[in-house]
Amino acid sequence: MSSPTSTPGGRKRGRNTNPPTPSSEDPTSPPSQRRRGQDSSTGDLMPMPTSPATDMLSPAAPQDTSLFSSPRPSVQPNEVDMSSPLMYGTPMRGTPARQRPDLGSVRKAPQVDLHSEPPSTDGAVASEPNAGQRLVIWGTDVNVGTCKEKFQRFLQRFTDPNSTEDENAGLDLNEPLYMQKLEEISVVGDPVLNVNCRHVQSFDAELYRQLICYPQEVIPTFDMAVNELFFERFPDSILEYQIQVRPYNALKTRNMRSLNPEDIDQLITISGMVIRTSQLIPEMQEGFFQCQVCAYSTRVEVDRGRIAEPAVCRNCNNTHSLALVHNRSVFSDKQMIKVQESPEDMPAGQTPHTTVVYAHNDLVDKVQPGDRVNITGIYRAVPMRVNPRQNNVKSVYKTHIDAIHFRKTDEKRLHGLDEEAEQKLFTEDRVQTLKELAAKPDVYERLSSALAPSIYEHEDIKKGILLQLFGGTRKDFSQTGRGNFRAEVNILLCGDPGTSKSQLLQYVYNLVPRGQYTSGKGSSAVGLTAYVMKDPETRQLVLQTGALVLSDNGICCIDEFDKMSDNTRSVLHEVMEQQTLSIAKAGIICQLNARTAVLAAANPVESQWNPKKTTIENIQLPHTLLSRFDLIFLMLDPQDEAYDRRLAHHLVSLYYQSEEQMEEEFLDMAVLKDYIAYARTYISPRLSEEASQALIEAYVDMRKIGSGRGMVSAYPRQLESLIRLAEAHAKVRFSEKVESIDVEEAKRLHREALKQSATDPRTGFVDISILTTGMSATARKRKEEVAQALKKLIQAKGKTPAMKYQQLLDDLRGQSETAITKELFDEALRALADEDYLTVTGKTVRLLA
Amino acid sequence: MIHINITDLWLSNYLCLLDVLAASQNNSNSGWETKAVEFFQDQLKERDTHTLVPSLNDVPLHYLKPNSLVKFRCLIQDMFDPEFYMGVYETVDPSTKTKMLRCGKYKDVTECGVDFNSRNTVTAERQTFYCVPIPGENPWVKEISSSCLTEARVVPSTSYAPSRQKRSYEEDDDMDTQPQKQREPHAGPHSPSEHHGNGDCKRQETEAPSSQTASASHLDLNFPLPGEKGPSCLVKVYEDWDRFKLNDTLEVYGILSVSPALSALADEKDASSSLLDPAESMETAEEQRVHSPPASLVPRLHMLHAKPLPHNNPLLPSIPVLDKESTLTVVILSSTLSEMASVREEILSYFTHVLLGDALAAEYLILHLISNVYSRRDVLPLGKFTLNLSGCPTVASYTERFYQIIQQLVPSSHYLAMSLQNMNQMRLVPKKDYVANRLVSGALQLARNTSLFLDETQLEQGQLDTTGVRNVTALGNLISWQKVDYDFNYHQMEFPCNINVLIASEGRSLLPSDCQIHLQPQVAPSHLEESLSSIHMHPQASSQLNKFRIYLSMARLLDYSISDEVTKSVEDDFVDMRKDDPQSISAEDLHRMLVVARLLSLSLGQTSLSRDSWLRAKHIEMLRRSRMEQHKCVNGNEP
Repeated sequence: MSSPTSTPGGRKRGRNTNPPTPSSEDPTSPPSQRRRGQDSSTGDLMPMPTSPATDMLSPAAPQDTSLFSSPRPSVQPNEVDMSSPLMYGTPMRGTPARQRPDLGSVRKAPQVDLHSEPPSTDGAVASEPNAGQRLVIWGTDVNVGTCKEKFQRFLQRFTDPNSTEDENAGLDLNEPLYMQKLEEISVVGDPVLNVNCRHVQSFDAELYRQLICYPQEVIPTFDMAVNELFFERFPDSILEYQIQVRPYNALKTRNMRSLNPEDIDQLITISGMVIRTSQLIPEMQEGFFQCQVCAYSTRVEVDRGRIAEPAVCRNCNNTHSLALVHNRSVFSDKQMIKVQESPEDMPAGQTPHTTVVYAHNDLVDKVQPGDRVNITGIYRAVPMRVNPRQNNVKSVYKTHIDAIHFRKTDEKRLHGLDEEAEQKLFTEDRVQTLKELAAKPDVYERLSSALAPSIYEHEDIKKGILLQLFGGTRKDFSQTGRGNFRAEVNILLCGDPGTSKSQLLQYVYNLVPRGQYTSGKGSSAVGLTAYVMKDPETRQLVLQTGALVLSDNGICCIDEFDKMSDNTRSVLHEVMEQQTLSIAKAGIICQLNARTAVLAAANPVESQWNPKKTTIENIQLPHTLLSRFDLIFLMLDPQDEAYDRRLAHHLVSLYYQSEEQMEEEFLDMAVLKDYIAYARTYISPRLSEEASQALIEAYVDMRKIGSGRGMVSAYPRQLESLIRLAEAHAKVRFSEKVESIDVEEAKRLHREALKQSATDPRTGFVDISILTTGMSATARKRKEEVAQALKKLIQAKGKTPAMKYQQLLDDLRGQSETAITKELFDEALRALADEDYLTVTGKTVRLLA
Repeated sequence: MIHINITDLWLSNYLCLLDVLAASQNNSNSGWETKAVEFFQDQLKERDTHTLVPSLNDVPLHYLKPNSLVKFRCLIQDMFDPEFYMGVYETVDPSTKTKMLRCGKYKDVTECGVDFNSRNTVTAERQTFYCVPIPGENPWVKEISSSCLTEARVVPSTSYAPSRQKRSYEEDDDMDTQPQKQREPHAGPHSPSEHHGNGDCKRQETEAPSSQTASASHLDLNFPLPGEKGPSCLVKVYEDWDRFKLNDTLEVYGILSVSPALSALADEKDASSSLLDPAESMETAEEQRVHSPPASLVPRLHMLHAKPLPHNNPLLPSIPVLDKESTLTVVILSSTLSEMASVREEILSYFTHVLLGDALAAEYLILHLISNVYSRRDVLPLGKFTLNLSGCPTVASYTERFYQIIQQLVPSSHYLAMSLQNMNQMRLVPKKDYVANRLVSGALQLARNTSLFLDETQLEQGQLDTTGVRNVTALGNLISWQKVDYDFNYHQMEFPCNINVLIASEGRSLLPSDCQIHLQPQVAPSHLEESLSSIHMHPQASSQLNKFRIYLSMARLLDYSISDEVTKSVEDDFVDMRKDDPQSISAEDLHRMLVVARLLSLSLGQTSLSRDSWLRAKHIEMLRRSRMEQHKCVNGNEP
């Protein structure tokens, strides 16, 4: 099917060597056109000659006639030289232009350029009507000259005084932003200019529209513009290749689900998660052919995956004498990346969509599976052929995105900044509603009652969880050496089985965007932290993160906390105070952020809560861990009639009220979600003077309570908890300042929680040492007494270097007026052993020295 | 022109109709297409019309005519990515150079000579669902629903002739250019040599059975339950695909497409891959296999209309589906509701017999079988009623026999032996396979209201490995929250479900349950065998069985409410009970009692709670609890 189409090209430059071009490929090329009729944004373009912007393919044979008249510009591959003015304006003093496979067959784009030679037959169709003045790239409304000028103006003038992007850090915001970046390029030598599309839009909406609609044509123009500008400014700089413009953040940022046929060939930005990357694929860009007869060599550019092999040697006119020389051909890197939409964007009950992305050249290996990315690129669709021998094609297109720019969204998370600021954009209406809500005096109560409405009462617990959802203000003391300061509030719920603890956990897990839910029984230390896995495909070691790391900036709900193995629990120590996770295994040593709030639920050991025992004894958790919880609540069954009645009413109505009725009564879960997200992102309250005074007083008061009885009732950890709670409460009010009412509520809640969890059942007093040292002060006193009595007993026995264990216990029991349990005796022995007074080996007790 | 022998036409070749329409309207997008679909839906609404449509579930694929209208009762097992296709395109006749607009909708393959540069090309979007027959559908359902279709079998019988099947593919190419009438005579003297591709077709025809078995081994059809049979189908959806959810059960009406060209893709892939676009070969072989399996095994179905199935019991009228509330109540009130109480008596005595004379357990079994998650409050599913039947005899394979009886009564069910080996090896939770880009199904991917029978008597002592622990956790989650967390490797996704779980165990089950009842056989162990065989000896008349089947499905569909008075008295009762002994009843217990009362009312055919039913619910709960006291189990952690 060597089509006659190739001839016009050949004729035009008077060279006769053009191979019969890509013509014979038919259906493998991009689908015809964007459907302009449907594309409102380009509506004004209608009069333009529409047709293969990329100059698609050529023509299945029968239509040659029609094609002839249609502009099939330039395009014989081998006549376009790298440095041809057609491509990149003036050659930049030897700096080679690098191909941009990401833009597809850009070089074949009919650049009907103002400086170019009088257009050959083809270009004429488009250009002649407006003779020279309104020359545009065929198929679009882009005028190269104007476009270039506009972009240069943009680069030279654009400033963004309010920029908050971290990549602009260190730049003078009042100077033209991109000129500074060019300067950076001249220093660093990395010839990539990232351009934020939002900037372009605010500067010149028309230019932006063109960029979005015809990226394939506009971006090379941008390249051209930036290079001219750059080499004018820095004539002496040496770059590896010419600067490439990489636009990102196309405002049409969308969810993968909303991509539709109208987006084909447009510049889009989508967000998603990388699930698979292929190996590197070398893709031939240019084939090098050498004549076997006369050793004449020629280069042929690859056009959409095909090389048009020259049939005749230009030098000696032998036919079929040219052979491909592989190692002199030019290849570029290519990689296939599969991206899946992020779980947050998905409607319930559907499975996530995936999209194929091709990365080229230096974008290869920029992302790894598991990364959350924003990808800017050109959306493509290619028809599929059923069978190479058949003419009919499957009526389906394959779609993919040619990536131009990657932006990892979770990258910053690893480096410690709050990321959601940019991610979660609230509409103004929404912000207004939220602010109105915040202005209500009872917002705190409203929100707490909106939390898990199906769970009855437990007001204080819900309030505690609400504060946990908001969290304290993140502070950074790393300059002073203290490092990160925990801002997350940890909560432990313990209590009788069947008091809907799990339900509360499930609710919280469903409410927060980055929540994780695990059960103590089913999780191992590895599952919580991170593990190293060998990727079956690449044989690479990959670090897989566990629940705690995944819930960074979120809440990790751990059910059946008590059933967790000690080993597993031990990893929580670091997480719950330092908020990091250290990993040293299989050659990977690292520290990951795990700034997660922990919401745990534990059942008492004896299945029913024993009010005669302390919290520690009831749930048998190490006190080191317990002291890391800011609030410990007991969920017990209050037993009084009025409560029962309300409970019954609540439950019965749960079973027959319709969904709508229920919803009216309470705040919508979505509102609550947004409210929390908004507060977490935008509000970071600081302590006011009076609040700090109030906190100091509160702390001193707490210390005082105990001091009368010779015990410590508060530690600095409790003060930190108070601060966090007060800050969280200020956040609930959308207040930038922590005031004394916040401190009051923090104090109240803290006291309530303590009253429940730290009351010494023997004395009835609240005793913080139950939580901090694992036993109450009275118990500790008792232990010391027994130890002393035992010591006396042993001394009274005189010089016996060894004694029977059982005998000693019996003796002590006989002597003491209070009951001595075996545990108490063991503890006394241990205390004496610590003093190096004796050692215990098996059943004998030996005196030392 | 539409109304000339229209029924034949739309049954046999809907596509032809579309193309005729497309040509006549010269594709001005003037809504001819919606008209056609509307027309079709009207046809379906007419009584009995839908029974004329052959069903993929019953009729073997090779008996169905390509491009004809078929229906398929199925579950959405996976959702693929949306695809872009040529909605409208132009073809050029190589000889005459005449251009012609074509419609690409409801088709997989285009005609010859597509003009890719045509300005009239419209790209459109459609979605593909991978559908499998409803997992665990019991044999009696299949039997009855296929017998309903006797009529349907008659109508397309002409297409049973193998010659038609052979011809059909080539015919497609021609039929647009040839008027409908000409085709008929042409069909008769059809000679194999006439068409180039015919040899292939013939081969396919003769080899079909053998290749099916052979390829089935390398082509996993991804059924949720092991040992399932039946066609799976790629359903192409053209509009509103957002309203479908994973695991929905549907009856899809659509155009069958089994074009061998689609299979050719898979076959010739390896040989000619170098010739293809590099972009295509980027897909892994697995992905190819999954997303474009041979059409002879996985036919394509282009959806015209789908109705969601609230139940798959063929004995119940399916009309309620269309106008939900009104008709349903009318139908029920008029006939069955009055009989429900009496049917209940019969089924109770039957179950009592099956449960070795334990009437209380039989009562609970009824409640369990009609339970249904009717609503969710935040995370709490309401209406679930997982029953743990403890004290099952381990002799004479009692649990298996018990399951067989349940199988006879519910439309879909699955028996899962909780042996150590099964727990450690089975894949219960569906998992995303990123290499093949599909959701690999697991046994817990079940349709709504499927009965899952967990046989814990099969569990012996031993060690659960990681998979085992995960499986047990998944079962626990299923029971407590009625949800399954599908494994997406990088994250998990929660899919709500509605599965009736019945656990048969010796002692208390290690899984949580809403309600545990200890079986008290009235039959001495020595007579067990005898008594059991008498159940099978005593053949339930099929009319009797059908009555039970209708009863169980019907009770589940009823509405339910509680009046204010009864609410009040329930509250009073609760307060009183707590007053006497606060330990005796917790909030949890009240939850359960409310569910029991609800199910009890429904089982009696009452749509609102009466004082009597409440007392009766309280009574049976009390009996059950006192029995539990007697059998206080050793390993009790949470009640």
